[in-house]
Amino acid sequence: MTIMKSLLGAAASLALTAGAALAEPALIFDLGGKFDKSFNEAAHNGASRWAEETGGSYREIELQSEAQREQALRRFAEAGANPVITMGFAMADPLSSVAADYPDTKFVAVDVTWLDAPNIRQIGFAEHEGSYLVGMMAAMASKSGTVGFVGGMDIPLIRHFGCGYAQGAKAVNPDVTIVANMTGTTPAAWNDPVKGSELTKAQISQGADVIYAAAGGTGVGVLQTAADEGILSIGVDSNQNHLHPGKVLTSMLKRVDVAVYDAMKAGENLETGVFNMGLAEEGVGYALDDNNAPLVSDDMKAAVDKARQDIIDGNLSVVSYYENDSCPAIKF
Amino acid sequence: MDFLTIIQVLDSTIRLATPLLLACLAGLYSERAGIFDIGLEGKMLAAAFFSAAVAAVSGSVWLGLLAGIAASLALSGLHGLASITFRGNQLISGVAINFLAAGMTVLIAQDWFKQGGRTPSLFDGGRFTPVDFPFAESLAGVPILGPIYSELLSGHSILVYVAFLAVPATWWILFRTRFGLRLRAVGENPAAVDTAGVSVVGLRYAAVAICGLLCGIAGAYLATALQAGFVKDMTAGRGFIALAALIFAKWRPWHAMWACLLFGLLQAIALRFQNIELGGFTIPVQAMDALPYILTVVILAGFVGKAIPPRAGGEPYVKER
Repeated sequence: MTIMKSLLGAAASLALTAGAALAEPALIFDLGGKFDKSFNEAAHNGASRWAEETGGSYREIELQSEAQREQALRRFAEAGANPVITMGFAMADPLSSVAADYPDTKFVAVDVTWLDAPNIRQIGFAEHEGSYLVGMMAAMASKSGTVGFVGGMDIPLIRHFGCGYAQGAKAVNPDVTIVANMTGTTPAAWNDPVKGSELTKAQISQGADVIYAAAGGTGVGVLQTAADEGILSIGVDSNQNHLHPGKVLTSMLKRVDVAVYDAMKAGENLETGVFNMGLAEEGVGYALDDNNAPLVSDDMKAAVDKARQDIIDGNLSVVSYYENDSCPAIKF
Repeated sequence: MDFLTIIQVLDSTIRLATPLLLACLAGLYSERAGIFDIGLEGKMLAAAFFSAAVAAVSGSVWLGLLAGIAASLALSGLHGLASITFRGNQLISGVAINFLAAGMTVLIAQDWFKQGGRTPSLFDGGRFTPVDFPFAESLAGVPILGPIYSELLSGHSILVYVAFLAVPATWWILFRTRFGLRLRAVGENPAAVDTAGVSVVGLRYAAVAICGLLCGIAGAYLATALQAGFVKDMTAGRGFIALAALIFAKWRPWHAMWACLLFGLLQAIALRFQNIELGGFTIPVQAMDALPYILTVVILAGFVGKAIPPRAGGEPYVKER
């Protein structure tokens, strides 16, 4: 019995050291959870693709509260995970204090671009460019001349989405009315589909017939109600067209999966610094598949593809909300 | 603001107030019998999950409703066991139920459906559909009364009408029946009830069970009538707002209805008009969101009359010390 025990113990400790020596990557999901059908799920998809292709394994944690952010970072860094990939803007503050303590560990921060640390790969997405394209599609698909936007938690990032969307809609139809609502000001706003539904109904009664949801789990309620009430909706981050086939106009893709996949593939030799993924880098875009093909007319596709090329070539510039914390096309 | 907008806001008010009202009445029964229950949130959440899960698997919304009520009753039983039979702290038991429900629903959902703590979307038959009143369509054209009848009163799910009918029913049960008298007495002075030869434990269990039933309906309403499926933490604090409404209503059924409608109205207005301009001032949407809690604090501070909870509330009954 005792021999057995010590043998098992030795095997266990061997396994542990072996794991540490391999330096698995680690992935920290934000509060929305791994399967939010949106932002975090995209990261999960990227990581799973890497694991399937390489046969490697990775560690992961779904954060349950704000207090766990720094704790999770330190745990993974102590355990020798490399790189440690974090999701969401809220990881910026914990990262800025933790990254300096582990100079040999590389960190990846998705949606963070303003930190000053040599060992962080910071990835920002040009959400306003992708949102601009879906905004154009919304205005072209709208018959009433009113389009809606439902944001999750009221943070600059979500205003950034809404700002690009409004500019795109105005580019197609200068007289378009844009109804914009935020779900709330606490993280609970990411998971309140009931409120999302009510917001959708309120926007429909104000005339909106295409509604763009950038709201995590709350967006599930927005898309559901839009489908129930017979209007079109636009998904976000992941391709959400399949949730209600024929009723979701398109989805604004944010290729978080590519960012996570690339980071895991690079492993310890990851390049650090600030990276910006826009239309040109295929970091953002709009989704077109069998589910929404009947909704997207050839004119619509041609116009959007032209705008996309213009933005890439620099002939068309979409104003970012971050530039001066305000938006030319809409007031929040 | 035109008439139609007002109707739409009021319509939204009814939808938002319904889960609050059911949970508030649930709390009313429990607290009137002397059992504080801050586990309303958890019971609603568990009911929301099980109703959506069973409705998704069986395709029948009624089976879903039963499952939701059963789940909520099970948690009520747990609360009763901890706080009535074992005389534990009622607040701690309630908090534990909230945590248990928040964790277990997501865990079970992930195990059953592998969709990350969600249930599959419900289709026809798996959801409560709106009930249209007779002639709602043809009367819609009548000025003033037409929209009120066809938009505001008609077209809600059956559970909405159940919730509002539960208000007079609660009033009648509590204030016009022998059971109600005893139930209130057990929350004020359990020793007197015991002396009269009526079982304190039995009455309190009955109250907690009614609480579970109503919370079950509230959760099922969220997941199978308002929404088409369960999403983690989808109650989003409604159980706590219901508790606030209960205090605001000073533990009385009709007042509970008005309090819930008021809180629902505040939410509906906040959703419809993000920032309200009022004579040069801008009321931010956050202020509207916080208003239910602020009003409750004002009430508790005694500015608008005194809110006196049932005297034996929160205390386990011990026959002899």
